Amino acid sequence: MPERQTELFLPKDVYNARPEENIHDCPSDSVHVNNRLVLWFPAIIACLLGACSEGAWNNPYPDGEETSNVMYSSFSERPKHLDPVRSYSSNEYQFIAQIYEPPLQYHYLVRPYKLIPLTATRLPQVRYLNAAGRPVSWERDEPIAFTEYIVSIQPGIHYQPHPALAKDDEGNARYLDLGTDDLEGINVLGDFTMNGTRELTAADYVYQIKRIASPYLHSPIAGVMREYIVGFDTFRKQVSERYKDSPKGVWQDLREIDFVGLSVDDRYTYRIRIEGQYPQLVYWLAMPFFAPMPWEAEKFYSQQGMEERNIILNWYPVGTGPFMLTENNPNLRMVMEKNPNFHGELYPSHGEAQDREKGLLDDAGKALPLLDRAVFSLEKENIPYWNKFLQGYYDASGVSSDSFDQAIQFGSQGDVQLTELMQEKDIQLETSVTASILYMGFNMMDPVVGGDSERARLLRRAISIAVDYEEYISIFANGRGIPAQGPVPPGIFGNIGGEAGINPYVYEWVDGEPKRKDIEEARQLMALAGYVDGFDHASGKPLILYFDTPGAGPGAKAHFNWLRKQYQKLGIQLVIRATDYNRFQEKMRKGTGQIFQWGWNADYPDPENFFFLLYGPNAKVKHSGENTANYQNPEFDRLFEQMKNIENGSARLEIIRQMTQILQRDAPWLWGHHPKAFSLFHDWYKNVKPNLMANNLLKYKRVDGEHRDRKRAEWNRPNYWPLIILFVLLLASFIPAVFGFYRREHSTLK
Amino acid sequence: MIAYIVRRALYAIPILVGVNILTFLLFFVVNTPDDMARMFLGQKHVTEAQVEDWKAERGYHNPLFYNAQEQGMDSFKETIFYTKSLRLFVFDFGRSDSGRDISYDISQRMWPSLAIAVPQLLIGLLLAITFALLIAFFRATYIDYWAVVICVALMSISSLFYIIGGQFVMGKLLRVVPISGFESGLFGVKFLILPVLIGVFGGIGSSTRWYRTIFLEEMNKDYVRTVRAKGIAEQTVLFRHVLRNALIPILTGVVVILPLLFMGSLITESFFGIPGLGSYTIDAINRQDFAIVRSMVFLGAVLYIIGLLLTDISYTIVDPRVRLS
Repeated sequence: MPERQTELFLPKDVYNARPEENIHDCPSDSVHVNNRLVLWFPAIIACLLGACSEGAWNNPYPDGEETSNVMYSSFSERPKHLDPVRSYSSNEYQFIAQIYEPPLQYHYLVRPYKLIPLTATRLPQVRYLNAAGRPVSWERDEPIAFTEYIVSIQPGIHYQPHPALAKDDEGNARYLDLGTDDLEGINVLGDFTMNGTRELTAADYVYQIKRIASPYLHSPIAGVMREYIVGFDTFRKQVSERYKDSPKGVWQDLREIDFVGLSVDDRYTYRIRIEGQYPQLVYWLAMPFFAPMPWEAEKFYSQQGMEERNIILNWYPVGTGPFMLTENNPNLRMVMEKNPNFHGELYPSHGEAQDREKGLLDDAGKALPLLDRAVFSLEKENIPYWNKFLQGYYDASGVSSDSFDQAIQFGSQGDVQLTELMQEKDIQLETSVTASILYMGFNMMDPVVGGDSERARLLRRAISIAVDYEEYISIFANGRGIPAQGPVPPGIFGNIGGEAGINPYVYEWVDGEPKRKDIEEARQLMALAGYVDGFDHASGKPLILYFDTPGAGPGAKAHFNWLRKQYQKLGIQLVIRATDYNRFQEKMRKGTGQIFQWGWNADYPDPENFFFLLYGPNAKVKHSGENTANYQNPEFDRLFEQMKNIENGSARLEIIRQMTQILQRDAPWLWGHHPKAFSLFHDWYKNVKPNLMANNLLKYKRVDGEHRDRKRAEWNRPNYWPLIILFVLLLASFIPAVFGFYRREHSTLK
Repeated sequence: MIAYIVRRALYAIPILVGVNILTFLLFFVVNTPDDMARMFLGQKHVTEAQVEDWKAERGYHNPLFYNAQEQGMDSFKETIFYTKSLRLFVFDFGRSDSGRDISYDISQRMWPSLAIAVPQLLIGLLLAITFALLIAFFRATYIDYWAVVICVALMSISSLFYIIGGQFVMGKLLRVVPISGFESGLFGVKFLILPVLIGVFGGIGSSTRWYRTIFLEEMNKDYVRTVRAKGIAEQTVLFRHVLRNALIPILTGVVVILPLLFMGSLITESFFGIPGLGSYTIDAINRQDFAIVRSMVFLGAVLYIIGLLLTDISYTIVDPRVRLS
């Protein structure tokens, strides 16, 4: 790290600004006290400013870093887990996905999203087996009982330098048998003087999958994997039995316990056996859950005294990726540096048609990573974060609602443009529709809005027309989103665009674009359902519906008012039942909510990951699954089971079309919208292409440090004259007081 | 005095037990152990079995206060309250729900909080006393009138406004200090300037008004009139007599908050990205990390009790007429 500038530095003008002459002549003692204070004040300021560097005074980074190949970013919340077996959120993935390497990854530039090998030599070989464990004979049309994924990894990949892998002169592990005395003076991982490495093996991947199954590590995907990986529950039970009486924190050597569904064929090959078929497993193999873990690391961190020092695997990752975490202070800053043992990878040489034109192939064939270092500073609030981005101290930024008008404007055709301020700074904009959906769900167990009756279905369809999501996106999302026609977002196989893809119960195709049906049509549906002007025709009672939400406070009030207005179009009284998130979740688990809003971010780019949100056996109340609407339709479930196991192609698309039609007819959700992500970045920040599936993107990024340095210097020249004037004015304001004091002291009693 | 301190320390025990019970009740009224587990395990794909495992591993599977399945004292011992609270009284804060050592985190994070709070207190005190003395000297003049108006105006503005305004003016328009951030060592001084200035500016209105009142009360006393009648110069009256006597309530007011400086400021630390104890507490509340919330509330209560005790002791030092009994 460059040395910090510590010499005193203060512009001459600040010294000259002291109006000492004005007070030197005052005779009073107290004025001498003030005089001394006045003399001290600039000196204090000088000392404080002395800490400032010779560059821009507001530069939050040490001098000397400016032109170096460093990326500056931020994080708003400290990560909870840096252990790949537990980590499952984007703010954690921004770190660990650069460090841990699963066998597969997504191609950076190619769309639709495509899996390619990362540490694997090729995509996994897939074998289908019958109940006897023999390859399926297609001629005999045998049912598939098991599927095997055979993964071969590249030889010669090494872990980052790490004390867990350090060896002494005799080749024995240096730090795997530590006594409490050995930890004297050790407070952070960097205090261990020796580091080592070793080659990555297939056994490390198997070890990590065993960790997923361990009941003591609470992997969030254990629930999913136990349904597929053969022997998962048995292994879990064995671990539980063996270690139930062990003291907390003791190392559990999972190598010793057999896992039927996992095997190591040779040093570089392992296989995973799953029940039946689950083609989506390959997507999981591109997530950090399936990254390798050296057993030595787990043993190292489990030693007595480590946990007391917060030296734990959940805090200090060890991987084979392009970067390693060299400063781990999530209360302030996380720093990643290039892993000197990185096995090497080249920047992709092909992508989409327009990628070359955009300069995204300028670095084609260059060795990755392109950055030497990445600094992530803790920035909890949007305002300072945004201002520092404008000053050039962060290389990229999202666009929050607070700063939207400052950054974005819409052209006469509704096209998104950058404001003049952004254009002056050569800031660039990238937009992309996220692989996610924000929907409004009906609890299908509810007697009024739920169920399979025609009456409830008509009511749901009427509400689907009345709630104007185009307006919602315009008002509450600043135009950042597109109304959804079904559960699958654009960019994912199964999303059908154009006229064929619209929801015919809500939209019409007019002049080449979908147009929401007239509210009169919704009112007619209400009448057919037996609700006229918001009254139940049978009972004569007004129709009152309940919207359950965790949102509250002034920000949510406008949204609630808007929502009431939408329902009011049909004469429905909407009661908002706002509660905290915990109670909201409880309502969802118990099925006591009626209408609610929820969202889903894709785990992987497959329609199965969206349709399963409405699959009956995933119902929230009955099965604790992700089907929050508790929707159950046997025909849909049958098609889902068929669809999830087949390859993308026309057959699959046809099934998806049928499934979507069922959903559009039943309307268990108001389909809501697919949010659009807006990203801003400075022109010195290169190779930016939104990739919503991949997390290991840092290795592709590059910065032009010299250009950034010039811009920063230009934008951040200190403007201290107003301060000097203020200081002078402050002193001048004391003059009447000084004269008053003097006059009073010398006045005679009357 | 030692007997007095010991007695006060013993009085503190029921107070701390009460604080602990209250914190416990308030926390678990809003969050159940299930909520904590779900917050920790994430929202996706979490099963009931995982939630139960998490609770069992961290001791949240027991009842809150009374375990009907146990016999005798175990009915109270095998509860979340007992297992999580008892060690606090020997300042063993244990580990956070995410597995980190709380004492270690506190020891690391109190320094950034102090780096902001101490200069803020000292500079603020110096300026407020100076302004208050000046205003008191010019009592019943237009200077006094306008000073009070300005003080009231300064008091009426939200601290959030000072923070955002300060960052905008000093960091963005004038570009003389970083907008946010923190560093240790000399390089870090420039990160302290703005939060300290804002803290001083935000608090100066109320403290100047309060000190002015104290000074005015003191200046109207008989001994001041006597001193003036002797023909002593006004600055001597102010600094030697009025200031010294007025320092008693000022000093005792300051001493009580001294221990609480460790606790940091929630908003300032959040906006400036300062890794102090204020942001530590707010993060823990957001994450429903009961172990940290409980520890921080307990620590705050202990520090407040210490502050009150120090106030009593400081009375005896600055005013010899006061005796502790």
